[in-house]
Amino acid sequence: MTTLTTPQTAERGLSFSRAVSIVAKREIMVRLRSKAFIISTIIFLAAVLASAVIGTQAGSLFQSTTTVAATADAAGAVSALEGYEVTEVGTEDEVRDLILDGTVEAGVVGSGTEGFTVIGERSAPEGLIQALSITPQVELLDPHAPNPFLTYFIGLGFGLVFFMSAMTYGNTIAQSVVEEKQTRIVEILLATIPARALLAGKVIGNSLLAFAQIALVALMVIGAGAATGSSLLLDGLGIPLLWFVALFTVGFVMIAALYAATASLVSRVEDLASATSPIMMLVMIPYVLVIVFNNNPTALAVMSYVPFSAPVAVPMRVFLGTTTVWESLLALGVLVVATVIALRVAALIYDRSLLRTGKRVKVAEVLRSGT
Amino acid sequence: MISLRGINRSFGNHQVLHDVSFDVAPGRMTGFVGANGSGKTTTMRIVLGVLAPSSGTVEVDGVPMGPGYRSRIGYMPEERGLYPKMSVIDQLVYLGELHGMTAAAARARGTDLLERLGLGERLKDTVEALSLGNQQRAQIAAALVHDPIALILDEPFSGLDPMAVETTLEVLRDVANAGAPVLFSSHQLDLVERLCDDLVIIADGRVRAAGSREEIRARHSSPEWMLVTSADTGWVRDVPGVQVVEFDAGHVRFAADSPQLADTVLRQAVERGSVTSFGPLNRPLTEIFAEVVR
Repeated sequence: MTTLTTPQTAERGLSFSRAVSIVAKREIMVRLRSKAFIISTIIFLAAVLASAVIGTQAGSLFQSTTTVAATADAAGAVSALEGYEVTEVGTEDEVRDLILDGTVEAGVVGSGTEGFTVIGERSAPEGLIQALSITPQVELLDPHAPNPFLTYFIGLGFGLVFFMSAMTYGNTIAQSVVEEKQTRIVEILLATIPARALLAGKVIGNSLLAFAQIALVALMVIGAGAATGSSLLLDGLGIPLLWFVALFTVGFVMIAALYAATASLVSRVEDLASATSPIMMLVMIPYVLVIVFNNNPTALAVMSYVPFSAPVAVPMRVFLGTTTVWESLLALGVLVVATVIALRVAALIYDRSLLRTGKRVKVAEVLRSGT
Repeated sequence: MISLRGINRSFGNHQVLHDVSFDVAPGRMTGFVGANGSGKTTTMRIVLGVLAPSSGTVEVDGVPMGPGYRSRIGYMPEERGLYPKMSVIDQLVYLGELHGMTAAAARARGTDLLERLGLGERLKDTVEALSLGNQQRAQIAAALVHDPIALILDEPFSGLDPMAVETTLEVLRDVANAGAPVLFSSHQLDLVERLCDDLVIIADGRVRAAGSREEIRARHSSPEWMLVTSADTGWVRDVPGVQVVEFDAGHVRFAADSPQLADTVLRQAVERGSVTSFGPLNRPLTEIFAEVVR
């Protein structure tokens, strides 16, 4: 187009950032006014709070006593343990009878000097076996070494938060895109503002909501930790949490943009699930892998450079102490580059497929064609 | 004045617009007529900047149309749509803001418009709760909320009941009378004939005729008269310089070289019987359209 000369036509329309903020504001207001959104948020927060409290208190909540029959020598050793109710009997056969008729759950015979035998009907209580076993002394040189059990749960936690938010808000964005396409209001919007402003507004609006929700979750977890006096939740998690926030923010924007782009390919809400399922896979696979490989440093290292799993893998590695700052920064850099590329591709797809209605549009077709 | 100059547009290998040029004059209602798939919607989308032309320009008073002007056009797409679960007034405020208004100004103007369109009681209802006719009215309000300096309406009357057609018409006339160019497409040729000042006829992506309604009518029809009388009309065939287009017992339609000749026919008719009606005949737009697009 030639250069504009007269003031009337040279006058700019609405500025890009203003258009983006109006769209983002609508996205947020619509969500906040939706009962479904408010209720699901409350349920989600309640679930997080419950698991944080129960998780730290689980030991005392689920403790019960196990009934054990024991011969004289063994009875002393077992009654010294917590959580066992001991019935002392004379002979090994009497122990077996009591187990078989169901009076007790397990039996212990033998003595401290010659070793104990734990008897059960079909299985023997693990705790009892461990308590009576002779285990070697363990000496850890790193005082901050993570507890493997905790590692598993933290991996699960990061993965779950990322997975849940990406899925929930990804789908919200996708629905909002298709709603505009299906109701054809998109044509009025496009006659007013550029497609990129519309896309940016949607991604930003929903991202802000997601971040606010995550912040609420984090506050509740920390609050629950402080209230229950548990150091488990906070110990050693501060730095990994910061990495998580940084990578989550970037990774979330990437996924949100991809959801918007794939949603713009279809014209009806009914077709949405099949169109967005590849993106869902991209979000779900790393979540599963991080849980499976939470104690495999090589797998975690590889996953920290894959954009889709980085937001979960990098904080895990930081927590485990198996990475360096520059490695984390590199992973963040890879993610940022991937996000920029994803945003560009998404904007292109979005721009070109918004006005195509009817049959589902193919990605390759969109990328080949002009506007 | 909005002017299209040499607009071409292709989708893939298929060229849908060929060198489309016409003007939409300020203060006038321009009817845009063509069969389905003739390129009306594509042309309108190009004027709005929703689609880019392959070549050619859209100008305002001789200068390429910029985003400032575009953002002040009111647009009503053929496929109607508003957010189903958002209240009518909220959507108008949203669209008004996107057009650069403040929320307060958009709310005031939106309320006023909805009241004029008879939706004053339904401001806070969601669009999905409205009847189809009322949804159409809300759609019209959406095109007008930012006080547009030009209107582009794709099939604004389709699906409207006669009452709503009149209300819509009134509102559009007001905009045109305020000096804005108004372009609207329609298949309802009788309606176009009644409403528009100017006419653009498009077929297969090419403009076949453009100009004022009278010009087009004059260009595509020889002057014709209609005579209705109690007597037989077969004698009209024998009047020199007169061509009979059609006739039966009580009426005849004929073309004459001059009004004087037509008067001669009338004089003779009065002598032969009682004349019920006599007058010049406007060729209906449907006929001109069928001829022009052939």
